[in-house]
Amino acid sequence: MTFVRPARRVLIAAASLSALLVAAACGGGGGGGAAPEGGGQSPAAADFSKQGDIEFWTGKDTSGNLPKLIAKFNESHPNGKVTLHELPDEADQQRQQMIQNTQIKNPKMAVLNVDVVWTAEFAANGYVEALPPDQFPTDGMLKATIDSATYFNKLYAYPWRSNGGLLFYRKDLLDKYSLEVPTTFDEMKAACDKITAGENNPKLACFAGQYNKYEGLTAGGVIVGDDGKPNVATPEATKGLQTLTDWFKDGYIPKAAITWTEEEGRKAFQDGELVFHRNWPYVYAFAAKTDGSSKVNGKFDVAPLPGITQPGVSSLGGANLGIAKNAENKGTAVDFLKFMASEESEKSDTLATANAPSLEALYSDPDVLKKFPYTPTLLESIQTAKPRPKAVQYGDVTLAIQDAAYGALQGQTAPDAALQQLQTKLQTLIK
Amino acid sequence: MATATAEPRSVPATGDGHKHKKNALSDGQGRLAWILLAPTLIIIAVVAGIPVIMSIRESLFQTNTGVDPNTGLVAGGETFVGLQNFTSIFAGENPVQGNFGTMDRFWNAFLNTTFITIVCVILETLLGVAMALIMAKAFRGRGIVRAGILVPWAIPTIVSALMWKLIFDSSGVANRILGREILWLADTGASFWAIVIADTWKTAAFIGLLTLAGLQTIPAEVYEAAKVDGATTWQQFVRITLPMVKPTLVVAVLFRTLDTLRMFDLPYGMIGAGKYRVETLSVFVYQETTQSRYGPAAAYAIILFLYVLLVAFVFVRVLGADVIGDSGVPKKKKKKGDQEQAGPPGTALEMAGGAH
Repeated sequence: MTFVRPARRVLIAAASLSALLVAAACGGGGGGGAAPEGGGQSPAAADFSKQGDIEFWTGKDTSGNLPKLIAKFNESHPNGKVTLHELPDEADQQRQQMIQNTQIKNPKMAVLNVDVVWTAEFAANGYVEALPPDQFPTDGMLKATIDSATYFNKLYAYPWRSNGGLLFYRKDLLDKYSLEVPTTFDEMKAACDKITAGENNPKLACFAGQYNKYEGLTAGGVIVGDDGKPNVATPEATKGLQTLTDWFKDGYIPKAAITWTEEEGRKAFQDGELVFHRNWPYVYAFAAKTDGSSKVNGKFDVAPLPGITQPGVSSLGGANLGIAKNAENKGTAVDFLKFMASEESEKSDTLATANAPSLEALYSDPDVLKKFPYTPTLLESIQTAKPRPKAVQYGDVTLAIQDAAYGALQGQTAPDAALQQLQTKLQTLIK
Repeated sequence: MATATAEPRSVPATGDGHKHKKNALSDGQGRLAWILLAPTLIIIAVVAGIPVIMSIRESLFQTNTGVDPNTGLVAGGETFVGLQNFTSIFAGENPVQGNFGTMDRFWNAFLNTTFITIVCVILETLLGVAMALIMAKAFRGRGIVRAGILVPWAIPTIVSALMWKLIFDSSGVANRILGREILWLADTGASFWAIVIADTWKTAAFIGLLTLAGLQTIPAEVYEAAKVDGATTWQQFVRITLPMVKPTLVVAVLFRTLDTLRMFDLPYGMIGAGKYRVETLSVFVYQETTQSRYGPAAAYAIILFLYVLLVAFVFVRVLGADVIGDSGVPKKKKKKGDQEQAGPPGTALEMAGGAH
């Protein structure tokens, strides 16, 4: 304990250094991001012809198929090779790394895997180039996916993967009580009442989606904005939020679901603890596993999401491919985008990852249908899906929605009051 | 600031030891010291000084977020806004609902940080001292106990955050043991306690370790003399152990306080972002930077910096004054103690009496 002896000076020095480091650590991010990087004001046409080596920035590829696709591209494209640059799993971290590398003008970062919810932010800040329409035809692509990559009538990313929510349900239980697949929440409730009364299984709950406070709550909960203007304090939205809140209170949705994201819900459904479950298509492969990890194998099916009064709408998910503003070799990037969005590549991607393709033709492809029998339902879900709000400040918008929905679902705020507050907040965020 | 304290301390140090006046470098001693210190100073300036100055500059600016209504593009660049980033915390523009009712998000985070720190540090100090007392005892298997107590400290915080996340899961171990369904991770009052429990579990060992080192500097004769005088165990603890370990303990508590005020990984990794009941200032600052609001984020970071500095200053002034007074005395007594046996206990008790 010798360092106590010289006492005061050391202590002051240590204390102030420690305090300094706080500010340094916290300020470091601020300082690094200081470089003004608007670029929005420079409409100078980008050069889409230069060939050379580029990097494809995307989240972790768990399927192992992406390297194969890239190798194939590199074989047929000798004057510009693509390298895979994998980013963390977390969407927020991917977004941040992309933004940071735009700010330091990384010339290698060329093709970005742009989540649909980032489109507006990336386009408005000039992180990605607007794509020339003559080079990037969108024929044959789903309208919803084109829309998700468009900002102010310009295409900023090439539609690649899409996604829509599905209602997973226990076919065996519904058949046992000779019930129809519900299309509204009321029907679902009635079905659950019959099933839970008959089954007498305290572990079996009616329904769950993703209700933890994270970006997914935007997808699962409230519906926002029709004409780009925030419009949430409507009777329909209030009724929707009220229904979910009541279901939580009455136990139709298990209490623990307030801490669930996709994976927790999937496990509960697989363990046979849910009659109905809202989730993304990837769950299908897990629930259909025959190695004993799924107790509902062969006992479930999928349907379009139910709504409050009429068949429901999913929020649109997915990811598109953009070209980074500071990329040096945009010519190669253009070629790579076209290659990735080709029918052949998308098919292989779909079969390997279970991601929904952006090309409509693939939804009736026999191989895809054989592997993923739910494909027609998914197509329907995507075609009717609501795009999530196109906000430049998407982070603020999603947090505002999360605040409102999460508070209401926990019974801390009344649904109508929560939506009123949300409406006020959104009006300042989306102009 | 760190540089300012570092120089004067080191420069005289070399001057003191210097005797040969006619050395070729004699006049350049000061310069030599500067040259030798330069690498350290440069590194401190680069990794701490420059970022801090940049943060201060950044805190006076705001990124332009206006959108052109025709093209939808953001103008970009930054505008000088003066102290607006600092004054806006009083405007209450961003009310959130937390443990302390509805208030501005900044103040909610500020109160969270403060209360988490107070509760955690008190619990950690109590537990840490208890651990140190156990570890200091000679008994069979002491090595295992010492190692066991230090295991939580050795685990990286983010790993322990994820570990506790599993424990506090709605169907996790904690709820199984309690036999109730408490939603620890759902931004409820329980989330606050989940953080406190996890942090205390992890860092009580730190206070324990430092206190143990302090305990081992207390000479055994002091206790022997106390026994001869008929002091009970409690009296020995309150009148001998505590006063003599106090200098060390204060430093340990100070370090823990400063550390807890900066807490980030535990709430972020365990409960998640945007959960206002456990959002600390560091988490809030991080959230602001991810929204590209670097100006306000830098301003909040600076406020946190000043807050930490203030707490450190209070510690050094109020408790630290004792550190110097106490630590000087026992050092002398300890040396004398070899010669005159009766010396130390008397003074130690006197000191304790004086302090109370």
